[in-house]
Amino acid sequence: MSGSGPFQDKPSLRVESLTLKRGERILVRDLSFVAAPGAFVEVRGGNGAGKTTLLRALAGFLKPSAGRIVFDGAEEPSLTMHYVGHLNALKGGASVRAHLRYWAGLFGVAERDDEALSRLSLAAQADLPARVLSQGQARRLALSRLVIAKRPVWLLDEPAAALDAQGRAVLAALIEAHRADGGVVVAAVHEALGPAPSQTLTVGV
Amino acid sequence: MSAFVATFKRDVALMWTGGGALAPVGYFLGATMLVPLAMGPDRALLEAAGPPLVWIAAALAVLATLERLFQADLEDGSLEQMLLSPAPLEMLVLAKGLAMWCVVGLPIALAGAPAAIALQAPIELVPAIVLSLALGMAAFIGVGLVGAALTAGVKRGGVLIALIVLPFFAPPIIFGSAVAVGDAVAAALSILAGCALGATALGPIAAAGALRLQAE
Amino acid sequence: MLTYLSNPQRFMAFSAWAAPLFFAAAVIALGVGLPWSLVFSPADYQQGETVRIMYVHVPAAWWSMGVFAFMAAASFVGLVWRHALADVAARAAAPIGATLAGLCLITGSLWGAPTWGTWWEWDGRMTSMLVLFVTYLGYIALWSAIEDEEKAARLAAILCLVGAINLPIVHFSVEWWSTLHQPASIVRSGGSAIHPSMLGPLLTMAAGYLFLFGALVMMNMRAAIFRRRVESARARGGEA
Repeated sequence: MSGSGPFQDKPSLRVESLTLKRGERILVRDLSFVAAPGAFVEVRGGNGAGKTTLLRALAGFLKPSAGRIVFDGAEEPSLTMHYVGHLNALKGGASVRAHLRYWAGLFGVAERDDEALSRLSLAAQADLPARVLSQGQARRLALSRLVIAKRPVWLLDEPAAALDAQGRAVLAALIEAHRADGGVVVAAVHEALGPAPSQTLTVGV
Repeated sequence: MSAFVATFKRDVALMWTGGGALAPVGYFLGATMLVPLAMGPDRALLEAAGPPLVWIAAALAVLATLERLFQADLEDGSLEQMLLSPAPLEMLVLAKGLAMWCVVGLPIALAGAPAAIALQAPIELVPAIVLSLALGMAAFIGVGLVGAALTAGVKRGGVLIALIVLPFFAPPIIFGSAVAVGDAVAAALSILAGCALGATALGPIAAAGALRLQAE
Repeated sequence: MLTYLSNPQRFMAFSAWAAPLFFAAAVIALGVGLPWSLVFSPADYQQGETVRIMYVHVPAAWWSMGVFAFMAAASFVGLVWRHALADVAARAAAPIGATLAGLCLITGSLWGAPTWGTWWEWDGRMTSMLVLFVTYLGYIALWSAIEDEEKAARLAAILCLVGAINLPIVHFSVEWWSTLHQPASIVRSGGSAIHPSMLGPLLTMAAGYLFLFGALVMMNMRAAIFRRRVESARARGGEA
């Protein structure tokens, strides 16, 4: 990999006059922003203000009522992004390692479970079923998807939820490394994650 | 490992460890057991009317397994991750259906042999009955995927799935019970294969469409 | 015509006078058709007076299938072009179709008692109608089980379309099944060989059913649109 990072195509995220509705309620009105390579966009707003709705729309799960979401330099947006939502997408009966292998298969990449285990300090739990993990460990397992498949755009919804100080440090390191590689991070947060954001969006005002 | 294979392996493993493999077969055999209790043990009566009732037991056993098929994925966020896979959702749904056929459908088809014998089916007909159940299970599961996807967001949707899916069970049951009584066996088997093929082809497409809506 | 009406405002303006008109036409057609078929038409030489049930039964069978076809078409439009009005139309038609299918089953049973000597015969057409009736029930149940109306509309549309694929297959299967089990021992009059003197009242009744369906479906749609307007007005009022 060259010095410019693994994301040669330099992906950036462009949002143009986006409007999002939930039923009859307008949650996001006429929002525009650009996230260039290396950007860290912090999304703030109260509970129910529309942070999650915005991230889900960026992920393509929701259709915008108006406006456009453009991933420059990406043929298929769903393959350029990771989405870590409130739900960890874990199955209680499957082991930590089984999750990592499944995700590698699901995202169509080579298995790299040992790297993911060490970067998220889950090596000791590798063979435990997900149902016995603590909430912080479960969250770190969900975040390990970011390591398993290298994808340029990260959409993180309250990524630090349930993480302790050590977990937060791990997350901050992941985000810094990703930005250094030229990736984009959009994170809905309650309190600052650590790395200084390149811009802050506030929804629901 | 492709997304299809990964999904298939994961679902087989989860159903297997969750005890999900044994329960439907047990249910199937238990429901078969109730038939002579309801009809009486008269052998002539059972010989005349018993064997097709394996199809009722098989249909009930499949219905009972459908409710959690996609609901769990919707509730724990797995569905969102499936949408970010390079494989189309239709393929992932097909992989889940195939896993269910292997873990639930095939064991029930095999258990159909003792069940049909107990219901006084002529022994030379038993291989055809097992084959017909294997095909019928594929048809049931194919349409069951649609029912499960449509109701994934409904709490306690078990009865609703049954109501939605039952009209789709009519053709396989008709041709399956023809095999069970030995009427036009070859023709019925080939039509059953057609039902299985059609349901396997169309079911995942409709189910994936419904699941995309559920993820909103 | 249809694209013109796809605008809710224009539909409301149109249906405001079309629904009463359809209703009046239904009253006239049924007002003529009912006495004509039930009193003045000739009795059947084999079945006697019981043949009169046919005039209620056969149009119900026709239109219960016709209404499902209407719903399938509306579902397709709703799914592909995301027309809210098409979703409303499909939903509004379902209880009417289910009622027609139920009416067909009940009158079929009443007709069967004197002709076949049983209240229920697993005849091919009756069995297909029963499957259609259950399909209607499933459709209605799915609609009411999902809270988010937009999502419910699309999911129900998928169900309606796969149901529309299933019903001909069921019909074919049941035909095969009934020839297997009861090789042409029962011949029902009506069907293709219908006497011309019966055709007049039958078609009048069928037209009456159609007008009634048109009136009811428009009234149901108007009620649904009004309810949605009231709800959204209240939601906005509640927020302010």
